[in-house]
Order: sequence, then structure tokens, then C-alpha cells
Amino acid sequence: MAENHVKATPQLIVIGGSAGSLEVILKVIPALQLHLPVAILLVTHRKPSNDDILVDLLNTKSNWPVKEAEEKEPVLPHYIYVAPADYHLLLEKDHSFSLDVSEKVNYSRPSIDITFESAAEVYGPSLVAVLLSGANADGVEGMKRIRRLGGYCIVQDPATADVEYMPAQAIAQGVANTILSPEGIAQFINELFTAG
Amino acid sequence: MEFEINDEEIEILLQDLLDNYGYDFTDYSRASLKRRINRLFMLDKFPSFSLFRKQIQTDSTYFRRFVEEITVNVTEMFRDPAFYRTVREEVLPVLATHPFIRIWHAGCSTGEEVYSMAIMLQEAGLLKKSLLYATDLNPGVLDRLRKGIFPLRFIKQYSENYIQSGGKEDFSRYYTAKYDWAKFDEQLAAKMVVATHNLVSDRSFNEFQLIFCRNVLIYFDRNLQDRALQLFDESLDTLGFLALGAKEQLKYSSIYKKYRQLDNKDRIWRKIT
Ligand SMILES: C[S@@+](CC[C@H](N)C(=O)[O-])C[C@H]1O[C@@H](n2cnc3c(N)ncnc32)[C@H](O)[C@@H]1O
Repeated sequence: MAENHVKATPQLIVIGGSAGSLEVILKVIPALQLHLPVAILLVTHRKPSNDDILVDLLNTKSNWPVKEAEEKEPVLPHYIYVAPADYHLLLEKDHSFSLDVSEKVNYSRPSIDITFESAAEVYGPSLVAVLLSGANADGVEGMKRIRRLGGYCIVQDPATADVEYMPAQAIAQGVANTILSPEGIAQFINELFTAG
Repeated sequence: MEFEINDEEIEILLQDLLDNYGYDFTDYSRASLKRRINRLFMLDKFPSFSLFRKQIQTDSTYFRRFVEEITVNVTEMFRDPAFYRTVREEVLPVLATHPFIRIWHAGCSTGEEVYSMAIMLQEAGLLKKSLLYATDLNPGVLDRLRKGIFPLRFIKQYSENYIQSGGKEDFSRYYTAKYDWAKFDEQLAAKMVVATHNLVSDRSFNEFQLIFCRNVLIYFDRNLQDRALQLFDESLDTLGFLALGAKEQLKYSSIYKKYRQLDNKDRIWRKIT
């Protein structure tokens, strides 16, 4: 299974999720070891008014600093960034964030596809993407691009997902390098940086 | 979807726009441009980059379409209702003390923002003594603004936004619905001065008590953001207000020290010196 190895040292992990993903995030994030040399970005579908609530909630659960991704902000390791509601979030070549208010994609803004695609362009093989529970197929096209550009794709095991449609679509379209439970996702990320 | 047009080709197109038409997009953030250009390339089914390039260079109608498509024109009435509530409650009472009110909406797109403001001015009894300058880079969106006709399917959202922003009237009094469209009251449009204005290359043209520039600066790099903000600073009266988009900031710019943010989370700053 040579192709199922992460090919380069990950610099960015993008986690996308929709309906039913928050509880998974709340399992994965607290289980992460401190000081992993990587940035984590969360892109989830939710109501615009809940921006601060999510960041505050995650800060109470996480050892890592959690903050909303701001436009032009450099992407730094050891941070967990949350994509703001009602904007698409893109990555620039110099590893900074960009925001965009263009049309919704897959009825969603932020669209997971848009962030995945643009992160794939910039990070190539040093990108790991995770797709969680959800009721639409946002993220699947983005994972295709990530795979073509050498990145690594983790899909939540639909059997463990509150809403299985999104991860099931990703698996059906053959984009998953690996399929994991929430506990498995946390363990996988922790082990990315242990030697061997 | 695959990106067909690579980074180098994007730079070639931007240089062409500058050389052939005098439009300078070279200080725009690249990630969005790249996505928009590739989207248009696919949408219009060009077989090759060179044909795409040629069409933009030689066909000025297509050039217009190109610019309109790569600059994002998505907008809404009363977008971020809490922001409009702050304008209503904290900015309008100050504007009311002036004998004559001038407001600039820079990068106003099809004008939903300008109509929102005109409605609030009317409700505050200030519209008669106000002028709203509505400017954008794209002539096409301004034609739509002048007509004041917006798709009816968005009106439900807009009227919800309106109510959340503190609007007390029946929102339907501001438009007449016909087929799939809502035409807004011409009394609102009568107070708008509409013109193309490019924030990259055009200069300050008046003095205002309130300037809106929302969701435009996110497409600029930091340098160009700073230049645009200086232009606003030149165009704003002392004690005037500058209103940016929900995720835009003043703190990285050279004019920051002259401004104080209102005491809430909305992106409204007051010029203090
Ligand atoms: C996303 S819309 C924002 C509309 C509205 N202000 C709002 O917040 O809903 C951005 C607008 O900025 C305009 N724009 C982009 N670059 C510009 C420039 N250099 N000068 C003037 N307008 C520009 C675009 O044409 C577009 O209509």
C-alpha cells in the first residue's frame, strides 16, 4: 500500500465537515498532542451568527490556540484556525489566508471544495485533508484535486458518522486514502510526526 | 475541476489587461483571481489559453465580461444586519446634525447596499438632504443599480435582514413586485449619483461624512489595501465614518492611528484627527 503513505511532512491539515461534524471535531481536537508542527484548519457549514461561539467552544476544549482565520493572516504551525461563516476561505502561495464572498458552492459558503482545491494547489503533497459527517457532497471534488496533487485524504468511517452521506460519497468516488473513526483520526494525526 | 490556466498564464493575462486596457489587477490577491479566471475559462469553453488570451485582447465586449466575472459582484441588502443596526443607531444620529449629507459607497456592485442605506436614511427623515455616491469598477453592475430591479427570490432574505437590522416598516412598501422581479422605489434612486471609479487608479473626488467599502479590500493585497484606505482617508471629513466589511481590518494600515473603532464588533471606524 505504498500509495497510502503520506508523501511529505504535512504542513497543513484541513478538516471539512457539515451536519453532524461538530461532535467529531470535539472528539478529535482535544485528543491531539500539544505542539505538533502543523497547522490545522476547520471548514464547517454553519450559521453566520455562530462564529465566535465555535471558536470559544473549541478554545475551552483544546490545548492548542484556536482562532478564526483572518484574511492575509500567515498560516502558522501549532494553531487551529476556523474558517469564518459566509466567506469562502482560500490559501495563497505565500501560505496566508484569503477570503472571498463569491457565490455559494454546493449551497455552501464556506465551501469545503473551494478550500480543499486551493490548499491542494499551494501545499501539494504536504497537505492532509479530512472529510467528516455531512448531508451533501461538498469536499469530494476538492479531495480529487488533493489526490492528483499528491496530498493525503482521510474520510470518516460512515458507520461512525451522524450523517453518512458526505463521507460515503467520498468513499464511493474513490478519493479516500484511509477510512477512520473519530478516535482513529486523532491517533493518525498524532502519529504523523513520530519517527518511523 | 482542474485548473487549466497556470500561475504564469495568469500573470500574462494581468499584464495584457494593463497594457491593452489600463486596468491594473496586479496587486490583487491571486487565489481568488486564479479560481475566477479558471472558472470563466471553463464556463465559456475555450479550447486553449492562447484563444482565451486573444479574445480578451481583441474583443472589448469580452474584456468587459472578463473583468465582471473575475471581480466578484455578489452582494445582498442589509448584509450583516447587526452592522446596519449600528449604522442606524450610532451613525445616522450624527449624520443628522449636518445640513447636507454625502455618502460614498465604493465598490457597491449592483447597489443592494446603497438601496439599504437609502431606506434607512428615508426612515430617519434624512434622505431629502442626502446624496449617495455609488461607484464601482464595472459599468455593467452600475446599469443594474440604476434600474433598481432585483430578483424577487432574494427578497424574503432581504426583508428578514431588514427586520434584524432594526427596520420597523413593512419591507414591501419599498418595492413593487412584477413577475420575478422587485423594482425599488424611484425616490430612493433619485438620491444616488452613479459613476465608474477604479480604486486602483482613480483619485479622490469629493468629501464625505460616511464611506462604505465592504468586501472589496479582501481582494486586494496589503499594499493596495493601504493605498485604497489612504484614498478614503483623503475623502473623509474629520469625525466622518469609515465602514468596512465584516472581516476587513484597519489595524494593518498607515491610517490606523487617525481612527477609532466604534464600541462594538462592527467594522466601523471614526476619523478622530
Ligand atoms: C463582493 S462585491 C461587494 C459589494 C458590496 N459592497 C457588499 O459588501 O455586498 C465587490 C465589488 O468590488 C468591485 N471592485 C473590485 N475591484 C475594484 C476596484 N479596483 N475599484 C472599484 N471597485 C472594485 C467589484 O466590481 C464588485 O462589484
